[in-house]
Amino acid sequence: MAAEQSYPEGLLYHPEHDWARLEGEEGTFGITWFAQDSLGEVVFFDPPSVGTQIKKDEPYAEVESVKAVSDVIAPLSGEIVAVNEALGDEPGAVNEDPYGEGWMVRVRLSDPSERDSLLDREAYEQLVQES
Amino acid sequence: MSRYTSITDSDRRAMLETIGAGSLEEVFADIPAEVRLDRDLELPPGMSELEVTEHLSALATRNRSADEEVTFVGAGMYDHYVPALVDSITQRSEFLTPYTPYQPEISQGGLQVMFEFQTAVSELTGLPVANASLYEGPSSVASAGYLAKLENGRGKLVASRGLHPHSRETLSTYARGFGSRVEETPLDERGATDLEALAAAIDDDTSAVFLQQPNFLGTVEEIGPLVEAAKRTGALCVCAVDPLTLGILKPPGEYGVDVAVGEGQTLGNRLDFGGPSFGFYAAAERYLRKMPGRIAGETVDVDGKRGFVLTLQTREQHIRREKATHNICTSQALNALAGMVYLAWLGRRGIVELGELMARRTDYAREALGLEAINPGPVVREFAVRVPDLDRLMESAREDGVNPGYRLGQDYPEYPDGLLVAITERRTRADIDRLARHAAAVRDEVPA
Amino acid sequence: MSQSKVIGFAPGGEDTVTIYERSQPGRRAFVAPPIDVPEAPLEELIPQSERRAEAPALPEVSEPEIVRHFNNLSKNNFDLDTGFYPLGSCTMKHNPKVNERVAAFPGHARLHPAQEARYAQGALELMSRLGRALAEVAGLPHVSLQPSAGSHGELAGLLLTRAYHDDRGEPRTKVLTPDTAHGTNPATVRMAGYEVVKVGTAPDGGVDLDDLRRKADGETACLMLTNPNTLGLFDRNISEIARIVHDAGATLYYDGANLNAVMGISRPGDMGFDIVHFNLHKTFSQPHGGGGPGAGPIAVSDRIEPFLPRPQVVEVDPGNGTAPVYDLDLVRPKSIGRLRGFAGNFGVFVRSYAYICSLGGDGLREASDAAVLNANYLKARLAEPGIGEHLPIAFDRPCMHEFVLSGQGARRNLGVKTLDIAKRLLDHRVHPPTVYFPLLVDEAMLIEPTETEPKERLDGFVEAVRAVLEEAAEDPEVARGAPYTTPVRRLDEAGAARRPVVRQPPAGAEPPGDPGDARQVTSGSL
Repeated sequence: MAAEQSYPEGLLYHPEHDWARLEGEEGTFGITWFAQDSLGEVVFFDPPSVGTQIKKDEPYAEVESVKAVSDVIAPLSGEIVAVNEALGDEPGAVNEDPYGEGWMVRVRLSDPSERDSLLDREAYEQLVQES
Repeated sequence: MSRYTSITDSDRRAMLETIGAGSLEEVFADIPAEVRLDRDLELPPGMSELEVTEHLSALATRNRSADEEVTFVGAGMYDHYVPALVDSITQRSEFLTPYTPYQPEISQGGLQVMFEFQTAVSELTGLPVANASLYEGPSSVASAGYLAKLENGRGKLVASRGLHPHSRETLSTYARGFGSRVEETPLDERGATDLEALAAAIDDDTSAVFLQQPNFLGTVEEIGPLVEAAKRTGALCVCAVDPLTLGILKPPGEYGVDVAVGEGQTLGNRLDFGGPSFGFYAAAERYLRKMPGRIAGETVDVDGKRGFVLTLQTREQHIRREKATHNICTSQALNALAGMVYLAWLGRRGIVELGELMARRTDYAREALGLEAINPGPVVREFAVRVPDLDRLMESAREDGVNPGYRLGQDYPEYPDGLLVAITERRTRADIDRLARHAAAVRDEVPA
Repeated sequence: MSQSKVIGFAPGGEDTVTIYERSQPGRRAFVAPPIDVPEAPLEELIPQSERRAEAPALPEVSEPEIVRHFNNLSKNNFDLDTGFYPLGSCTMKHNPKVNERVAAFPGHARLHPAQEARYAQGALELMSRLGRALAEVAGLPHVSLQPSAGSHGELAGLLLTRAYHDDRGEPRTKVLTPDTAHGTNPATVRMAGYEVVKVGTAPDGGVDLDDLRRKADGETACLMLTNPNTLGLFDRNISEIARIVHDAGATLYYDGANLNAVMGISRPGDMGFDIVHFNLHKTFSQPHGGGGPGAGPIAVSDRIEPFLPRPQVVEVDPGNGTAPVYDLDLVRPKSIGRLRGFAGNFGVFVRSYAYICSLGGDGLREASDAAVLNANYLKARLAEPGIGEHLPIAFDRPCMHEFVLSGQGARRNLGVKTLDIAKRLLDHRVHPPTVYFPLLVDEAMLIEPTETEPKERLDGFVEAVRAVLEEAAEDPEVARGAPYTTPVRRLDEAGAARRPVVRQPPAGAEPPGDPGDARQVTSGSL
């Protein structure tokens, strides 16, 4: 069952439809409701390995629906410290709970100043409405 | 003349009026004059169906088919019996005239055949996942080389000279594109892959190692140590197999290969001067999302009814485009159907019985010919011998309506007098004895 | 839910029982020929280490039940011999019956590929004749029949391009493909070791010349182009495109998927292409076979010829006034080498040669004329009120053999997507067009009627589309839930991809679908 459209307060958003939840030195990343809705039912998530360095604005993983493949863009730079293994068995969590069970990776952030370029909820909602 | 169309003059007038064009020429206005063909095609005028049939028949009679001689030629394609059942099913329009099952709701027949075919290939090879077919044997071998490149990015492909020469050459052709090089390793004095030479060729830059069981000379390789050597540095091990021998030979999944591929012609497909047939491709589970070709999967419809769909399509060119795991689109569905019907006909016991029959007749034939064996070890459907006067044997046998086999020298300069002799269920003891009489004639003239 | 206007799909076969589920130990169809040689124990012939311990679990079924099984399966297929099949880009033209007959002649079907050339003169002559005919249609002098399908021909073309540039000591790294290209083009580029560079499309649907000029440079090995393109439009700037590409020192590759529009009208060689592939299974009438077999011969210009794959069919004049003899030339020092075993899909060549003989040069031209007339007629009819406002034409120009509609209107006006329309058409017993391709057009519907359809069938399709749209205006739920009358209804494709079951589970195994086993593939032996 797909989730209702929502863009929670308190997350930071990347214009490529990714979100980041910051907790101290670390951030949790995933894709937004808008991204999962355009993709359709997610059938596979190909995560990076723990320890991989990822760079803001560059793809760090792929997510697949039945008839589309999409790069997942890193909202911030850092090193992967955990991946959501549960998506291997239940990729549909990305559709059902994009900001919760559907999280993708946890990252130790390397450049805290990068967060200033991300959007807050209001700015991202504006962007979604325009697209 | 146009055939298979049905536009009458009055249709054309009505259609042009609907289009709003005065003539068909107006419809073609986008084609600039400088690229128009300003003459008729220089091709003969159309023929009646009767004339076409007679013309093609005249060409066909200038070939000597396997119906007109007793052939011991194999070398990758074999003169097996194709049961009437296969033709009767593959000629049904519902299988003959749809295309790729893009709309699964009206393509369940074809999709279920793919699923059953994948199951059969998986059973035969002992590997958990198989696709629904590739073009044919050697290009399937080369496709496994591309998988290895995508998987580990290494630069070298090591191929035993026991791998079919067409497979080795096709692999080299492909590899020049995707940026790997192929190194061949020799056969030993018993016509088997030289284990030491193979092991020595495999290094940390080896992307994949290619073997064939039985090998091109027909030798049943002692496969375990070869596979072990192949995998020592983390390279993929790819083995080409002959599906009709898999009733009696160990399935490649049991000896630990990553990918098993092969030529499917022996499974209910015609000789057809080399094609169309099909290639098959089975692999260890971890390659499922990297395999080439169509894959059918089981699912349910909205009412919970069982059904089949093309699945894991994100691997394929129409979705992943430049990141696809292969460029294949059209493959060989109809030929794979023939393969599936044939395997259903042969059945669980038949494939063993047929394998045993071939192995026994092959053993008998090698004895009966009494020529020096190039590969004296175990063989099951084909073997190689040295012939003292090969030209004479070819001439005398062929005058008697027997084609003694494949001249090895055309691919293996190291065996200039080599003859590769293939046995199928169609080659009876009487046929073998007939070839043996010709062999005796050349053998006896040469002093020991 | 209203289904009153539906004609209905043909009754399907029996429910989906697989051949493995029909298997009973002890049943059989095959009877082996008698063992007429000494019955040596198998242990003496094959070492135990290489022997199979247990027979593969192939089905055990009698012949009558095998026949019923596959006949019932066949009834769950929709096929061209039964109805209209306007699957864009696939050229679903009639499969002439005589082709099957001549391909089955023992001299063709039972000819071993390693037969010596002197005993295969008919086959080699047929290949030579087919090659000459294709060369004439392409307007390029040299042909290799070897590639097994269009994508295989594309790979051949790029490997030839690589060999050509390498031979001149000018290796290059990039291949240009328009954003309208078939997916096979970019996939092939990568397989051939090149980098893909996309070229944009101009507002008129052709190649964006400015973008092409910017991107064609000294690193460009080739431009791959389909003309008419996947929008069904002939690129009016083709001569200029060829000039830009050749000025950059690159080759120009013709994807022959759409050749059916221009036979005898315009030739790729005359447009400036260096390498062309043919899809014999599209343009030259093969049985579509549920997705093959096909063949993808290539035709090339003089400068590419030295690199053609091995072997090549050659005609040798014995010089004594007797008929020419044919041979396979394996000694081609600059050749890219083989692309497959033996000399190609000969059975496919026989059928296409028979087709060319049947039509002749004038017939091929008439076939293209009719294909284009049919497409433009269908395009005009689908622009009529009641349809056109919901399915507007993507590029409003005369089309060639196919055209693209956009389902945007239907989505906005009626709340049904292209997919829903396609699924509802299934209940009207027509095969839907190709959907969601080309990617450039939103909610795309690519329609190719082919020349073998009579006007009444085209009119019937128009009425089916109209009925679907009228029905959607009243109640979009009908289309959203379609189809209703097919052997199965909409299938759970996401479920199939999340938990792939790609073979019959072994007997006694747990049934698939337990979420705990998600993504695990069934394996092991039955």
